[in-house]
Amino acid sequence: MASEADWADWMRRAIGGDAEAYHRFLHAVTPRLRAMARRRCDQFGAPPSEAEDVVQEVLLAIHLKRGTWDPARPIGPWLSTIVRNKMIDSLRRHGRRVDIPIDDVVEWLPAEAQADGSERVDAERLLARLKDPQRDIVRSISVEGAGVRETAERLKMSEGAVRVALHRALKSLAAFYRRDRHEDE
Amino acid sequence: MKTNDLIRLLEEDAPAGMSLGRRITLALLAGVVVAALLLIVTVGLRHNLASVFETARVIFKVGETLLLAILASALVYRIGKPDLPARTRALMLLVPLGLLVAAVVTELALLPPADWGSSWRGQHAAFCVFFIPVLALAPLAAFLVALKAGAPENPALAGAAAGLAAGAIAAAVYAWHCPDDSPLFVATWYVIAIGIVTAAGGLIGRRSLAW
Repeated sequence: MASEADWADWMRRAIGGDAEAYHRFLHAVTPRLRAMARRRCDQFGAPPSEAEDVVQEVLLAIHLKRGTWDPARPIGPWLSTIVRNKMIDSLRRHGRRVDIPIDDVVEWLPAEAQADGSERVDAERLLARLKDPQRDIVRSISVEGAGVRETAERLKMSEGAVRVALHRALKSLAAFYRRDRHEDE
Repeated sequence: MKTNDLIRLLEEDAPAGMSLGRRITLALLAGVVVAALLLIVTVGLRHNLASVFETARVIFKVGETLLLAILASALVYRIGKPDLPARTRALMLLVPLGLLVAAVVTELALLPPADWGSSWRGQHAAFCVFFIPVLALAPLAAFLVALKAGAPENPALAGAAAGLAAGAIAAAVYAWHCPDDSPLFVATWYVIAIGIVTAAGGLIGRRSLAW
């Protein structure tokens, strides 16, 4: 298993624009997040199937807030604080659902079962809310595995425009998660 | 969306932009410059600036607001970073508070009680309470925009810190125009004006700095 120093090194290079290092970082962090999320879901009485939604929300936060990490400092405390804050938020949101009346839970149960593959209900529902070029770009890159250049050609957009739209889409996704939470409260 | 699909999206997203620290530095510079220019083109500097500058009250007023502006800005640098505690920098704000209390006590000891009222009221209290928040608009907006890139533990508190720093910068700029020099005046009207900006920052930050 990679050490914290490796993670810091990958993230430092990622911030400098090294996509390969970022790939390593994200794939090293995700299983750890997943284990934490499953344990927390268990502890807070949220169904384990929700853990993957928590993982995605936390990953999005790490990505969007990576500019707050000072590369001269160790990455462990930074990562732990981001994950803790985001996980509390996310579990609170999922925790609320457990408290809703019985008949709503009945409606909700089949969705959970269906979500048992690794397709996430939350993320799907939120993706559907994205506006047009953003949604196409997100689908093209995530589901179809195209790069930015290929996506730009396919949609007849400039690469720069695709990059800007992608970044906005990620910010919107994070905002949807957040708003969802406020609506639940 | 599978988690691996999300990771692919994150990898394709453009490299991280400016660091949070650099964003706040830019916000600070822009805020100070705009506030200072706004003062100069509207009400201007105090006309007898050179002659009054040696008096203890003026030095206190300028020094106190400048100190608060520096310490509150230092707090803004820290408050958007999740892994660094902001507590020490927040506690540092007690220094200008203590100085203010000491200045008020000294002023009350020096002035005959008959003059307390007029020193406290000053000549332009209402304008001071109006104009410091106006001067604070640019620094507050700039700090809040910069802090949107941050990850504050408590968004309302982060917004309030931005408001305090913006209000203190505005006060430090306004001090170069303001003809009311008594610490009694500063402790009342400056504090109210800075308090308004701080509250506004907190209210805006509660929503806009949530992440």
